[in-house]
Formats: sequence, C-alpha cells, structure tokens
Amino acid sequence: MPKKILELQNVSKIYGELRALSDINLTVNAGDWLSIMGPSGSGKTTMINIIGCMDTPSVGKVILDGVDISRENAASLTRIRRDKIGLIFQQFHLISYLTAVENVMVAQYYHSMPDEAEALEALAKVGLAERAGHLPAQLSGGEQQRVCIARALINSPQILLGDEPTGNLDEENEGIVVDIFRRLHEEGVTIIIVTHDPEVGDVAQRKIILEHGKITGDIDQSATFGKI
Amino acid sequence: MGNKRFKMYMKMVSSSLIRRASRLVIAVLAIAIGATILSGLVTIYYDIPEQLGREFRSYGANMIILPEGDSTITRETLNSLREIIGVNRIVGLAPYRYQTVKINEQPYIIAGTDLEQAEKNSPFWYIEGSWGNSQDTSSVMVGHEIAETLGLKLGDTFRVQGVKYGEQAEASRQDLSAKDNQKRDSAWQNFSRILTVKGIVSTGGAEEGFIFADVDMLDELIGDTFRADVVECSIAANAQELSELSEKITRDIPGLMPRAVRRLTQSQDIVLGKLQALVLLVTVVVLIITMISVYTTMMAMVAERRREIALKKALGAENKLVMSELLGEGVLLGFIGGALGVFLGFEFALRVSLNVFGRAINFQAALIPVTIAVFIIITVLASIIPVRKVMDIHPAIVLKGE
Repeated sequence: MPKKILELQNVSKIYGELRALSDINLTVNAGDWLSIMGPSGSGKTTMINIIGCMDTPSVGKVILDGVDISRENAASLTRIRRDKIGLIFQQFHLISYLTAVENVMVAQYYHSMPDEAEALEALAKVGLAERAGHLPAQLSGGEQQRVCIARALINSPQILLGDEPTGNLDEENEGIVVDIFRRLHEEGVTIIIVTHDPEVGDVAQRKIILEHGKITGDIDQSATFGKI
Repeated sequence: MGNKRFKMYMKMVSSSLIRRASRLVIAVLAIAIGATILSGLVTIYYDIPEQLGREFRSYGANMIILPEGDSTITRETLNSLREIIGVNRIVGLAPYRYQTVKINEQPYIIAGTDLEQAEKNSPFWYIEGSWGNSQDTSSVMVGHEIAETLGLKLGDTFRVQGVKYGEQAEASRQDLSAKDNQKRDSAWQNFSRILTVKGIVSTGGAEEGFIFADVDMLDELIGDTFRADVVECSIAANAQELSELSEKITRDIPGLMPRAVRRLTQSQDIVLGKLQALVLLVTVVVLIITMISVYTTMMAMVAERRREIALKKALGAENKLVMSELLGEGVLLGFIGGALGVFLGFEFALRVSLNVFGRAINFQAALIPVTIAVFIIITVLASIIPVRKVMDIHPAIVLKGE
C-alpha cells in the first residue's frame, strides 16, 4: 500500500465573507504526480500556499508526512517547508546577484550545509552544468526555471510543489520542463503542480479540478499517463 | 562544516554588495563622507591643542620664573629648569640679566640674554635689521626708543661703559681734569666696549627702552659668571599643565618663583575649549546625518528586495537568518565607507591644518580601527529598524504568481 504523504481533511480557508477554499478533502500518496487546475479565483493559489506551508487553513487539518501541521506557527511552518517542500515558481525567483550554482546552494545553506559539488550535480540533472557560473540575467527563461527546479530538488524534499511552473515559458522550454518532471516522477519524487495549461495538466498521473474553492473533479489519468 | 556555512554567508553578503554596487554607491558615499568628516575632525580635535598651543606661543612667553628675594638664577638652576619642563615642551627658554651701563654718560639698561631663545619666545617683535646671535657678540639690538634718543641707525657703533660686577663706582672729581677723570673711568674696576647696532627693536612696549645683547658677552664684559635675574619661558602647555609645572618647579627647585602669564594661558584655554566644543558638535551632527542617510538607504533596499527576502523565507530561511544577512551587508558597507573615510579624513585634516595653521598634521593610526568600528556600529544601528521589516514580509503574498 502506497504511503500517504499529504492529506487535506475538510480544509476551508475563509477571509471574512469569502471562502477561498471550502471543505477540501484530498489525499496524495508518495510518488504521485498531481496537477491542480481551475480558473482564476478558484482557490488554486490558496491551496498551494496551504500545502506549501506558507499559510494555514481556517478549518480542517493538513497532515504532511503523518504530522498535523494545520495549527503550526509561522516559524514552525518555515522549518517544515525547508525540510519537506521544494518550491517552483512561475516567476522563477532567482537571486539576481548569485550565479546559477550559488542560487542552488542558497537552498542548501538554509536547509543544512552548502555543498558546491552537490549543487553542480543538481544543475547537471536539469542540463545546466555548463551554465553553473552564469547570473540569472545571463540565462534564458527556460534555463532560469531549470535552475529553480534544481534548487527545489537539492534538499530531497518529500513534495515538489510547482505554482504555474511553465506559465512563463515558450513551448520548447515547457517541453523540457515537463520532461524533467517526468524523469523526476520515475525517480519517485512526489509532484504537485498548479497550472492553467491543459497540456501540462494532462500529462500528470492525476488531475484535480478546483472551482469556487471546491474540488469539482478528481480525474485519474493513469490510462493516458506517459503516453502524452 | 561551519566554515562552509560562513563562506556561503560571506558569498551572499559580498555578492549582494559587489554585484549591486551601482545601487549601493549612495550608501557607501554617505558613510564615506560621514567617516571622512568624522575622522578629519577627530584628527583636528586631537591636534588643535598642539597646533593652537604653538600659535599662542607666538604671542610671547607664558611663564616667567623669578628668583626669590635678591638672589639670581645660576646656570645649573637653568639646566635643572630645562629638565623639569622637558625639552619637548620648551618652545623658548631665555634667561635675562639686566645691567646698567652708561652711554654718553647717560644710564641705559642692557638685557643680556640667549638671543636665539629670546627670538623663539618673542617672534612678534618687529626687528629692523636682524636678530643678534651668540656668534657675533659685539653686535646688539637696541630698542627703538634708545635708537631715537641716541640717533642710532643700523651698523652704527656706540660705546658702553660701567662698573664691573661687585666693584664700586668712583665719581668724577672736580679737582681733576677731564682727561684725568677719563683715565679713572678706564681703570681696572670699570668696563668699556664699542658695540654695533645689528637690529632695532620695535614692540610698542617696554622692550623699546632696552639694549639686547648676548648674555655671555655681557657676563664677560662685567667680569662675572652667569646670573639671570629672570627666565622667560614659552612652553607648549595649557593652563592646567602650566599650573602643575609651576608647582613642580617650586617643589623641586627651592628659591624660584614661577608665574604663569594668565592673560595668555586663559585665552588659549578659552579658544581651545570653544573650538573643541564646535568640533564635537559638528561630529555629532555628522553622525546623525549619516545615520539618517543609512536608515533611508536600508529602508529603500529592504523595500526593493521584498521578493528576494520573501524567496529566502519561502526556501526556509528564518527571519533572524535573513536579518543577519542584511545586517552583514550593513557591516560591510560600514567597513568600506569607514575605511575610505579614514584616509580621506586625514587628507581633509591635513589640508585644513596646512591652510589654517600652516603646519602638517600627524596621522593617528589608532583612528583606523576606531573610525571603522564607529561606522560599522552606526550602520548597524541605522539598519535595525529597516531590517526588522523582514518580519513583515510574507512569502505567500509577495511571491504569488502574476
């Protein structure tokens, strides 16, 4: 039986009159590749913030790797995020004055111990070994996103969480990034991707549809998985 | 292990400054200007007493030493005085021996002194011609009043006559001829010498009524050993130091009465006090302005780097870690600005000193660490409030996709 890595139990997020998320129940097993799709305002960002330990639910429980983190304070969530989550952003968010390898090492520095050899290896995995000494401004959007993926993976997180990771990429780079996800999934990495892009959503093993803060669809794509 | 973390920390802090240099140039400039003014003013602050002290020394002796009663000051006592005062502090130390002589049968006073030392004591005297010296002992300086009375000009000669030390003068006798009386005047107990006018002294004071000659020549002329009636000293010291010196002289050399010239020492202390207070005030103002400048720069820097700070927090950095990085940048900024300022400050102080006092200034090596440390502290203090803004930055809000 696969290990449950993440469970959302009756999770709601309420801002005054607005229910950004309403009674969400979701279970993600280790090694799953999940895409979360939905229109703007459907609650995707709120959900990813909660899963990514950057926010807490108003109601319900979030159980990450067997631990209820729904009532943890900000400092505690920071520690959990550092140890268990790897984040990929639409805007890449690389530190402009650090080289590609240094950007990867920053995540190591906050986690445990910076190790340049390991960071270079991570960059090599995303095909950027040659560009390790370049500053973000000297890299293309696709290369920046690959640095971002290397940074997210460097501490071997339990969940790789992507917020529109291909949103700022052209078709070619989108393909490169999706191939990287595919390879990571084969290696057993748990991937949760929030996306607008149906092509990226459809390549996942499972697709969650969010509308008005509620899950309106939970589609098992195992049949087509790996064939797209 | 810790070394790797420290290296990464330094890498982030230094890269942030080096690769964003154009944005931080204003902050470095502000700190460097502040440090320049501070180190310059502190250099001047410590040098003013010496510089001004020397300036005041050009207004004449600031200590007069008299013997008690009818006694005089011997050469040994004079040497002891030199030792007690300290050679380094003595600008000029001139003994004076006053001797009445006759010129054209009229009485005048010769002041025998160490003319080189007297010149150092009284650089403000106006001398037509030149100062006398110990090499050319037949040349003397005459006061303006005497020169007018006797109609003396530079290069003129005149005869001085008198009774040698310890001998009795014999009055002219009416029963003798003028020639016989003249013979009596040139007898062994009397002296007579022709002197040349080398300089005419104008001071506007009592000095214009004296003839100034080398003291050794005077002693030899009157047939006596060295005896000074008074010693005038010009000493590089403030009122407090002069007072302590007076006490020490009184204690160590009995029979001497040192007197500080209050008019000079008090003026010196008042001017010094006011100047130092002014320097202190300007220093405090400069420090405050520097702090404000660093504060606003750091505030802008934190606002500009919200995304970067949010990212670091999203990657798992705790607030204190991000704050320590920003403070590290502040320390480095303070270090660079402070280091620049020390050397520019010395240049500034040197130029001020050369222009105002006409003298170079000594570089205070201790100012290097002190200035750098002060500006690191100032930068860190000014950065505390901006850096605490890190705590208000929420990664979920700042980093949300657009």
